[in-house]
Amino acid sequence: MQVLEYTLLIFLVVCAISVSFSKNLLNSIIIFMSYSLVMSIIWTLLESPDLAITEAAVGAGVTSLLFFMTLKKIHAIREEGTENE
Amino acid sequence: MSRPISEEEYKKKLLNRVHLWIRGEADPYTDNIETKELHDNTPNEEVLERHQEDREQVIKDVFDTENNKFYKLFFRFYKVASVMCCVVLVTLLVITASYLPPKGDPTNPVNNEVAAKYIEDGMQDTGAVNIVTGMILDYRAFDTFGESNVLFVATCTVLILMRDDKKKAQKNTVEKKQYEPKADSILQQITAVLFPIIVIFGIYVILNGHLSPGGGFSGGAIIGAGLILYTNTYGFKKTQEFFTEKTYKWVSFCALSFYCLAKSYSFYTGAHHLESGIPLGTAGDIISSGLILPLNICVGMVVACTMYAFYTLFKKGGF
Repeated sequence: MQVLEYTLLIFLVVCAISVSFSKNLLNSIIIFMSYSLVMSIIWTLLESPDLAITEAAVGAGVTSLLFFMTLKKIHAIREEGTENE
Repeated sequence: MSRPISEEEYKKKLLNRVHLWIRGEADPYTDNIETKELHDNTPNEEVLERHQEDREQVIKDVFDTENNKFYKLFFRFYKVASVMCCVVLVTLLVITASYLPPKGDPTNPVNNEVAAKYIEDGMQDTGAVNIVTGMILDYRAFDTFGESNVLFVATCTVLILMRDDKKKAQKNTVEKKQYEPKADSILQQITAVLFPIIVIFGIYVILNGHLSPGGGFSGGAIIGAGLILYTNTYGFKKTQEFFTEKTYKWVSFCALSFYCLAKSYSFYTGAHHLESGIPLGTAGDIISSGLILPLNICVGMVVACTMYAFYTLFKKGGF
């Protein structure tokens, strides 16, 4: 169990650093999403399942969706159809 | 007796002239004021040239990055300055952290009688097996009410910022089509299986908030995420069959006012906990622990609606 915890913590740090160093905005959102998922697993290991559920639903789900929406609003993501035109 | 007058006569009458002046169609001073002829004001080439030279000079003086000493200094020490800023900030934070009491010391200010009371008497006072929910919705119900209101106010702000005008929307009917998702059959088949499970899991988390981990906020967020998935698959038209702006308004209003009414007795008594008169029931049953279950449902509804409203407002600026 100790090994799993340390692995997750190291993954967390790597995620947090790579979010800020990734040049592609879409990539950084997906890394942020995985950060939230790992964080929710760590919350379960720390015996607070309340926070784990909320982190998975809000951090990984709704927040990343809102980030995607914002990227689309500011035209940072290209849609499939417009690329060919 | 009134008599008919000709149109020219009518036009000269004072009343008509005042009326026209008020409406802004005629000027009463026309043909009454002496005016000088305007002298020729078109700039000749010399003046234009001078202006152009002035402008170039100003641009040269302001944006001359090669000879500007301050600019040169700034760019030379830019990296050094940024590192210095970071080091100063980190030192400040570390110094502050060093003043914190040591971890695990039993005399720390965290280990006072409040936490001990919550853990010892929580189940008797609130009737909730899950102490966290008992704390959030009974001891600290006032704070949770504020949080629900914060969500509502946040939606209002997003509505003000992102809303499309109805008049504008009618003009851009062509653009509106782009909000509808493509009919993707794989996504639709999977959503048909997943959506009921997600919503039922969310309802389970809300209803069992006082028994098992979870509660209003997490369950509401799960249902909201399910609604967003449904909208992304089947389009806004199908979602509008059961969720419109009116639904959002009434659900939020009813949930928040029920919460306010249900908990207002403790607000009026200065947040003193009084007997609410509702039996707490046996701890462990679904219908137990007094007001916590209805309050959980209220919070869950507000959160689910807010999540979905955020999504639609970001996506197309309306419901």
